Order: sequence, then C-alpha cells, then structure tokens
Amino acid sequence: MPSLTTLLTATRGRNRLDWTDWLSYAYLLLGLILMFGPVLWLVLSSFKSAAALNEFPPRLLPYGQRSVTVAGQDNPLPLYRAKLADGTMRELAEVRRIGIQSTLVDPKAPDQEFKVNIRDRAPVREFQVAFGNYTEIFEKFSFGTYLWNSVFITVVATLITLLFNAMAAFALSKYRFRGRDAVFLIIISTLMIPPTIILVPNFLVVSELGLLNSLWGVIWPAVATPTGVFLLRQYMLTIPDELIEAARMDHASEWRIFWRIILPLSAPALAVLAIFSVMWRWNDFLWPLIVLSRTEKFTLQLALNAFQGELTTQWHYLLAMTVITLLPITFVFSFLQRHITTGIAASGVK
Amino acid sequence: MSSARTRLVEFPATILAAVLNVLDAPMRAMQRVLGVPRIGWMFVAPNLAILGVFTFLPIVINFYFAFTGGVALYPSERPFTGLENLRTLFDCENFLDPSTCNKDLFWRAIYNTAEFALLQVGLMILFALVTALVLNRKILGRGFFRGVFFYPVLLSPVVVALIWKWVLQREGVLNAFLMGAGSSPVGWLSDASWAFFWCIFVSIWAHMGFYTLILLAGLQAIPADLYEAAAMDGATPWRRFYRITLPLLMPNLIVVLVLGLIRAVQIFDEVFVLTGGGPGSATTFIVQFIYQTGFAEAIHQYGLAAAASLVLAASLLVLTLAQLRLTRRNLAGRTGRDNA
Amino acid sequence: MTSLSKRALVASLSAFTLIAAHALAGEIRVACYSDGNECEVTQDLAKRFEAQNPDVKVFVDKVPYKAILEQLPVQLAAGEGPDIARVTDLGGLSKYYLDITPYVKDPKYWEANFGQTLPWMRPTPNDKGIYGMMTQLTVTGPYVNKTLFEQANVPLPGPRATWDEWIEASRKVAKATQVPYAVAFDRSGHRFAGPAISMGAKYFDAKGNLAVDDGYKTMAKKLYDWNRDGTMPKEVWGGVGGATYRDAFEEFANGRVVMYLSGSWQIRRMDSQIGKNFDWIAVPNPCGPAACTGIPGGAAFVALKRTKNPKDVGRFLDFLASEPIYAEYMARTENIPANAAVAKKGVDYKMSPQAKAALNVFVGDVGTLSPVAYQIQGYKLNRAIFNPTAARLGQAIAGEMSLDDALKRISADADEQVKAAAK
Repeated sequence: MPSLTTLLTATRGRNRLDWTDWLSYAYLLLGLILMFGPVLWLVLSSFKSAAALNEFPPRLLPYGQRSVTVAGQDNPLPLYRAKLADGTMRELAEVRRIGIQSTLVDPKAPDQEFKVNIRDRAPVREFQVAFGNYTEIFEKFSFGTYLWNSVFITVVATLITLLFNAMAAFALSKYRFRGRDAVFLIIISTLMIPPTIILVPNFLVVSELGLLNSLWGVIWPAVATPTGVFLLRQYMLTIPDELIEAARMDHASEWRIFWRIILPLSAPALAVLAIFSVMWRWNDFLWPLIVLSRTEKFTLQLALNAFQGELTTQWHYLLAMTVITLLPITFVFSFLQRHITTGIAASGVK
Repeated sequence: MSSARTRLVEFPATILAAVLNVLDAPMRAMQRVLGVPRIGWMFVAPNLAILGVFTFLPIVINFYFAFTGGVALYPSERPFTGLENLRTLFDCENFLDPSTCNKDLFWRAIYNTAEFALLQVGLMILFALVTALVLNRKILGRGFFRGVFFYPVLLSPVVVALIWKWVLQREGVLNAFLMGAGSSPVGWLSDASWAFFWCIFVSIWAHMGFYTLILLAGLQAIPADLYEAAAMDGATPWRRFYRITLPLLMPNLIVVLVLGLIRAVQIFDEVFVLTGGGPGSATTFIVQFIYQTGFAEAIHQYGLAAAASLVLAASLLVLTLAQLRLTRRNLAGRTGRDNA
Repeated sequence: MTSLSKRALVASLSAFTLIAAHALAGEIRVACYSDGNECEVTQDLAKRFEAQNPDVKVFVDKVPYKAILEQLPVQLAAGEGPDIARVTDLGGLSKYYLDITPYVKDPKYWEANFGQTLPWMRPTPNDKGIYGMMTQLTVTGPYVNKTLFEQANVPLPGPRATWDEWIEASRKVAKATQVPYAVAFDRSGHRFAGPAISMGAKYFDAKGNLAVDDGYKTMAKKLYDWNRDGTMPKEVWGGVGGATYRDAFEEFANGRVVMYLSGSWQIRRMDSQIGKNFDWIAVPNPCGPAACTGIPGGAAFVALKRTKNPKDVGRFLDFLASEPIYAEYMARTENIPANAAVAKKGVDYKMSPQAKAALNVFVGDVGTLSPVAYQIQGYKLNRAIFNPTAARLGQAIAGEMSLDDALKRISADADEQVKAAAK
C-alpha cells in the first residue's frame, strides 16, 4: 500500500509542485472568484444607501456624503469640496442650491457666503453603512410572517417528501409487481414536464380543492418529487435483500420492515434528499406566486419579488432582502456541505 | 439539563414510533389482502396519488386546452376548435425564417432555445469535466473547493438573476472595471449577442456545480490500479484520459448530457428576471413564450399556450427516449468490454 | 366536474388539509398595489372606516403590480380573488365587476363627481352602473431637467412648442452638457399614445375597430429614428422583450437624459429620489399637427362580483369617495383627483414647491386632452394595441425587424387579440 500511495501522489516533475498543479490551483482560484465574487458584491452593495447605489462608477465600500451641523441651521448640511473664484479648494457646507448656482458657507464661519457653480463642487464622502436598508424592511413589512411561512412550507414539505418518496422508492426497488417498471417510468417522465405548462390547469385543480391561499396549497403539489424517488431508489437498490428476507421470516410486517430496516439504512440518501427538498421549497417561486395572493401568506421569495413593483425598483431594499433570503441556505450549506457532496457521490449514478 | 436534552432527542423518536405503530395495523391488514408482492402498490400509492392529482390531471386538462379556443378559464366554457391552435403555431411560409411565420415569436423562441440548449450544455459539460478532473487531483482544501462550485446551485433562480443583473447593469461593477481599464462601458444586457452570452454564462454559473459533483463521483469510482497499470506501460496522460477516463466516465457523461439538455430546454426563471426575454426577442425562450401567451398578454390565450407546451413536451420526450437508447447501447458496449 | 365528485374529492383530502377560510360576514379584502404610498394610505383610512363601522373589517393586501396584471385575472376567472381590487386594466376586467348602485348612499353624488371616469369601468356602452372609484387621475406628460438647460444656456421651448422643437432643444442641451441622451420615453404603448395622437393617430377606423393609421405610423417612425440615431437610449425600448414594462426613471434621475416622457404618478418618486439634486420640472405636452395631448389613465378600486359582502363593499367605497376622505387621500398620495368637487376646490398638497409646480402643470394638461385619448383609454381592449406597440417597436429598435414589418405585426397582433377576446 505505501507504494500505491507514493505512486498516486507522485507528481510529475522533480519539484513538489509542477505546472499542472499550478494550473489547477489557478483554475480553482479563478473559480472561487467567479463563484463567490458576485455574491460578495451583492452583500457589499446591500449596505449602501439608495443614493450611493446610483453612483457610477460604484465604489467598493459603502460611502455616503458627509454632513455637518452648522450654527443657525436646523438640519445638518451636506459637505462639499468646492473650487472658489480665486482657484482655492475648500470644504464648505451647502446652504441652498438654485439652478446652477450653489450657495456654500464655511461651517466654522457661517456668516460668509460663497457662490459657486454646481460644476465646481464635489461631495465629500465618508464610509457610511446603510443599516437602514435591513431595519427598514422589518419595519415596513411583516418580515417575521414571511419567514414563518417559508419555514413552515419548507419543513412540512420536506418531511412529507421524505416519507412519500421513501415509500415509493422502497416499492420500486424491493418489490416485483406487475406494472412496476411502468410506474417507475411514469414517475421519471414527470421530470420532463416544465411546471409552466401545467400552471393554469393546476391552478384550477388547487382552487377546486379549496387550497388557494393556503400554505398547504403550496405543499401538496410539491411533495412527489421524481428526483427524490430516483435518488432513493438508486440507494435502496444497494441494500441487501437478505436483510429483508430475514425480517420477513421473523414475521415482521412489510410496513415494519420499511420503517425499522430500510429507513435507517437509507439515512445518507435521505439526508441528501432532505437537503435538496429544503433547497427546492425554500427557493420555490412561481407556484407560490400563483397560489398565494394574500400578503400574510407570502413566502420570503414572494416578498422579495414584491419589491419589483412596476413603477419602482428600490434596489437598496431589494439587495438587502436578497441577502437575507440567501442567508439560511448559506448556513445550511456551510455546515452540511460535506454531507451534500459526498451524499451525491454515494447515492451516485450507477 | 441532561433530562431535558434526552427528552429533546427522544421526542422525535417517540413521534416516529407513534407513526409506525398507528399505521402498522392497517398496513398489516392490507398486506393480508394483497399479499407481499402487491403491497408494493400501497407504498407507491401516496406518491402516485399526488402526481396523479397535481401533475397528470393538469396535463390532461392541458391537452384539452390545446384543442379548444376562447378565453375562458373553465374547460367547460371553452369552444372546441380541434387542431386550429396547432395549425396557427405551424403556419409558416418558410420554417427556417421566423419572420415569415404567423406566430413569429414562437419560432424565434424555438430557434433561440435550440441554440441556447446546445451551447449551454456543451460548454457546461466541458467546464464541469475540467473542474471534476481538477478536483479529483490531490490538492489542498479539496472539500472546500468542491463546495465553492456547488454553492450557486443552492441559490434560487430569482436570487441568481438579481445578483448578475446587479453586476451587469450599465452602471454595474463590470462596467466599472472596464472603465478602470480604459475602455467604455457596454450595455451588456441591451445588446442581443451579449445578452444571449450572459444567459448562457449565468445559467452555467448557477448549475455547473451539480454536474461537476456527478462527474466527480464517476471519476472517483474509476479504480486507481487501472491508471497505475497504464502508467507502468508508459501511457501518456492524454492517452490515459482518452482510453481509461473517458470511456469509464461515459455513463455519467450521458446522464449529465441528458439532464442538462432537459433542463436547458426548459430554461425560464433566471432568464426571465435577468433579461425579460430581450432585447427584442433575442433571449425569449420557449417556456417564456408559453408563459407570455397564457398569462402576460392582455388576452390570455390558454389554448395557444397549451398547444405550444405540447410541442415542447414532444421534443422532451424525444430527448429522453434518445437517452434511454444511448444508455442501453453504452451499457451493452461496456459489458462487452468487461467480458474481454 | 359535478358537484358530487367535487365534494367527494374535497372530503377525502380534508382529513389531511386545512381548507382555506372563506371571507366571513363583515369582512372585506382589498387587493392593492402602490405607485407611491397608495396602499399605506388606504390601510390607514380603512382603520378609520372600521372605527366608524365596527361591524366591518377591512383587510388591505399590498401586492406587486405584476400580480394585479397577471394573477388577478386568472383568480377572478376561477371564481377566486378579493372583494375590491385596485386595477389599471379597467375595461379588460369589467365582466367581473359588481354594480354597487344599490349599496351606495347617493348614486347621484357618484354620477356628478365621477361621471367622466365611470364609463371606463362599464362592461357595455349603455350601462349606467357604478362599478368602482378612480383612486387617481393620471396624465402622461414630459419632465425636463431644467438645470441642464440652464447649464447649456438653451432657452426652454414655450407651451405650444412642437415635439420636433423640443427634440431639437434637448439635443442641443445634451451636446452642450455632455449628457448621453436627449429624450427618453417609458417603454409602454400607453405612453406612446399621447404623442401618437398629437401626430394625428386616431387608433380607431371608421368602423370602430383598432387601426394603425398614418398618424400612428408617423410617430412610430419618429420613435424608431430617435432610438437609432442616439437621441433616445436604445436600452429602454429595445432592451427588454415582449410587452414588458420598463420605465426610464433611473436614466432621468441620474441625469443621463434631458427630457423624459412619463406621467403624473411619478411626482412623488421624483420628489423622494431626486429631490433637490437638480431642478426637475413638468412641461405641457408638446404639440403635433393634430393636438398637444397626453393620455389620461389611472387606477381604480373596483368592486368585484364574487364578493359575499356587497353591502360592506359599497359602504367602504362610499366612504373613500366622500369629499373629505377623498381630498385627504389625494393630498397624502399626491395624486390628481378624479372627484370633480375635490378638483374644483383644489387639494391642499403638502408637497415640495417643485412637486406642486409639476402637479399643476399636469392638472393643466387635463384640460387639453384630446377626445381620442379618452376614447382609447376607455376602450376595453386597449391593451390589445398597447402591448404590441411596445413589443414590436421594441423588436424593430433592437434591429430584429424593419419598421414596416413591425407596423404590420402590430396591426396583426391587435386584430388577433381582439378576435380571441370575442370568442
């Protein structure tokens, strides 16, 4: 075995790392920048005020215009760096602007007024984090309700998905009954159906069942995931039949076999499916949009979309909400990443 | 403290045990009636029931929609029009030139979708393969990098589109870099070719990690002694890749190809938020056409939308059947080689 | 689906599911979208209504405009939806409206004060019912960046200046101040209609069908040329697909455009986002050979047939329509009143002087609206021509098809949609 490992780890050149290794690391670094970069930019931008977001070219960190209190003025005045008539540059506070003329004063000596063309002045900026973006969305909207709706749908749907899919996968992997292959094919074939095409008829069905504007109207249509059945079936195929036979000989009912033997043994695949289901339900958009029209039933994704009103795109709120919406997935991801990736490999494609 | 903790752990266990026991009796009864082989139907029943009510029933209704006209939502209120919707869709003088067609947007969408699917899947498989090969090497932080590529897969399409829309705006950070480098800003999403490119790019960005993992799993399943033997025989790395890696990875590649194609043909959410189908109709794909026809136009033409969706479903069926044949042929080929 | 099989299905699933609660007696739901703050104000007024009428509860659901455009029609078709909705497609949804004449205190008050706009909501021309209340009267018209004009030393064209004169002046200003574009229009067939009618478009032929006539074609050619030669930013009309709405507000707010054709509903947004950054003013609609017009519009709270509480719906709308409440509503949302009495008395807006001045210009525009503008706005199926206008001209501007092809397609699309609606 030592010889095997040395062979496997032997790099091609005489050096510890040769050019293929450097290339690999470079590629991975590029991948890191490409994958995480835009998300980081989103997070950074979400801390900028609406005015700062309108700036171009955008600055990396959030900046806002400095303001200063001046004696004799009720509100703080914005600070500018202005070029005066004699060519000197000074930092002055703007009292008013009329047309293209700006009236500026020295904050320390507010009696003397300078009149400067607006072209000759530039705002003085300082590092300013617009936490308001995050707090205002809580004030303006019942964020807790949306969070609860998203969590409820995600958790309940995942539990039901795990149960139903495991049952179906069990049947399709461990039983031989007439029509079994046809059933499997039918379930897989639903993968090919773009959800958009059954949107309107599905809406009809859900409405006839009285499930409109109910979180259950979002949950029920989503729990029979063909991918889940496929994944679990692949895994269950590897469970030795002898275990089941032995249990049968002990007069265990099929249900008990399923519950006590199959489910625990399928735990890795179930974990993968659970993670996928959480991801799918958390990110569900189009279908909840159709089913839920009462704002108190909105999920986070719907609330996010609600900011894209027709006449107003408030990017500063939109960015903040986007960041909040992707936080839970990011947490799940960072803790369970290894499970996800090894799980896919384990239940892999045989 | 510990009693509370044990209670917390026991709580789900007791719930599970309760479910087991509650359902055990009726299931045993069914088992007696049906016999062991056919009890499989009971297990598959809930899943099938959900699929039946929420997938197959709507498909049947959709079929009915496709052959009816009018604007009513309820099937009973729609007049039967037979093949008229399909005829409208296929009303073209020259099928290769959408502008000669009655429903020019439909045909533009079809050609856009075909071009998109081929380019996106081709490039994505290439990048997924390269990434999987790189990740398969012995490198530091392999698990971390695996996660890096997988992260965008977890984001919702709306979030993905918003992230990139923010970057690609005329006053976005990409243009800022360009201006810093001395060139002028580009309207990334308002130029037809660039918008198309970015749709492909964003789509690859968002999904590549998933396929990378599948290919990685396949790579890791290839026994190391094969490489060892080949190296001892003096095979070059390229030869090793071509003769060992590629053939043994073929099943995974086929799965990735078909899954990727099926998803690419149905692309909608990300593109819709990112470009809205524009500029003009440069990034309008078939699902958006269906959505627009049935929902977003002033007059909801459910029948026409349903007919278009039938065309889409038919092409997907062809794709899946092709996959089945490919896999069967590949499997046969493989078992042949294994026997050698 | 027979009611028996329906009941069976429901019964079997009800063991597992919670069935959505229907509206209880004394409860009404209002689906509302905001241009600025309309829904917040509505919510506030609803609380006052509830205090005066303790037996009624009013729920105001704030939804995005897209939901009103896309989901509400489907919901209504399925017999679902709210009791009242704030809608802009007044004619298109009219078959779902409820006549609240028997439920309001004084129908004559409604006739006297909302007479101009009540016909927009009536399903048939000879109907005399009351189906809803306009929450605003909007007028389209241009905003101009006065500061840029001053910097360029170009005088503002006068009140009866033509479109060509305005374009010329804006081009000069843009060149002098190095602003990228002279003019921008919102990407909307509704916005386009104002200048089109000024150029002589009549939108209807002699038989009363939608028609793409010479006036329309003239304006279409102008829009096309201006986009292609760099006077207008191509991204707005040519940058998105289909009939997607896209406004050019950001371009104007960032000082990248000298003149911006939009409408009176943007005033509040201008005030909050632009504020004092530069002098923004509204100017009267420029002239064409036929008229100097914009096009009216606005969103209305409409009563829906499916409601189980028509009396409460009538009471709530009556409350909102009463003079003092309506005046307060207008003052807080900074909208132009559709209520004649309120308009006559004038509204005590608490706006910045800039906003007030702009609003007055728009109010003045109301007087110069062409009858064709009222006609096309009141036409049930006006979206059948507004949507293709945006979609097809957008395609032409993006270079996908020639202008002539686009015009032919607009005509064909409009005909197709009208025919489909008639089936």
